[in-house]
Amino acid sequence: MTEQQGNVAEGHGMPRLGMPAPQFEAATTHGTIRLEDFKGSWLVLFSHPADFTPVCTTEFIAFAEIQDQLRDMNCELMGLSIDSTYSHIAWVRNIKEKMGVTIDYPIIADLNKEVASLYGMIMPGESVTETSRCVFVIDPAQVLRAMIYYPLTTGRNMDEILRLMQALQTTDEHTVATPANWRPGDQVILPPPATQDAAEERVNAPGLECKDWYFCKKDL
Amino acid sequence: MPCINPDGTLTFAARDVLRSLDEPRTEAQIQKVARQPVYKVRSSLREMEVLGWVSAGDDRYALTEAGREVLDRLVG
Repeated sequence: MTEQQGNVAEGHGMPRLGMPAPQFEAATTHGTIRLEDFKGSWLVLFSHPADFTPVCTTEFIAFAEIQDQLRDMNCELMGLSIDSTYSHIAWVRNIKEKMGVTIDYPIIADLNKEVASLYGMIMPGESVTETSRCVFVIDPAQVLRAMIYYPLTTGRNMDEILRLMQALQTTDEHTVATPANWRPGDQVILPPPATQDAAEERVNAPGLECKDWYFCKKDL
Repeated sequence: MPCINPDGTLTFAARDVLRSLDEPRTEAQIQKVARQPVYKVRSSLREMEVLGWVSAGDDRYALTEAGREVLDRLVG
């Protein structure tokens, strides 16, 4: 057993970027779902502290508002908290009734904290009974590609989640990297050359905007 | 359960998946015909196999006799 698997098994591990996302089967508001059911599509798996709380309600609505944009990127959404399915259902119905927003993505009822422990969603310094505001981006091959952790007090930024998805997909499609504050349409960064010859070629290559051999951008 | 509501009726997703199986289809075809996301198709098919409504073979899913009866009741 690897160190990561050992830690995860003990319930205090953290998943690692670039590693296979920990598999699970869980009760959700859409029935029993396995992580492997999402194979072939991207997944944004996110946790929230508790149902019927104000910041979480704003986030749930905000996630619903970007769901179509994510679907256009072949990406599904799934929420999670340490609440029961019945609580989730009641809350989703309440959001529909009071705010007029339909929550159409599944929500895991993780009462035994199984998935929360697998993914390191519980931050004991904040709360031992609630999951923090975590986001895990899992790619179609079920590899964990990005993680975002926010504290209980701070609602997440949907623009950043969309931007992250766009950046990851652009990176995969074109084998490039994206600079700070990158947005679709901006120039992308080429991975630095690994040899002296490649460095020489890079600075003389047409179509690139190079500050130096290791720092070249290009349009897509 | 993805297929059956607590009151015993079929979920909307299950109905769509069952209706899509008027002929044997692949998972991708079911997803397209049923207009359901892939996770819902997979979880529904898994449960329908357990219920004996659907059988899988050669990458295609087909209704069993029991599944056809459920579909006929749905349509009828």
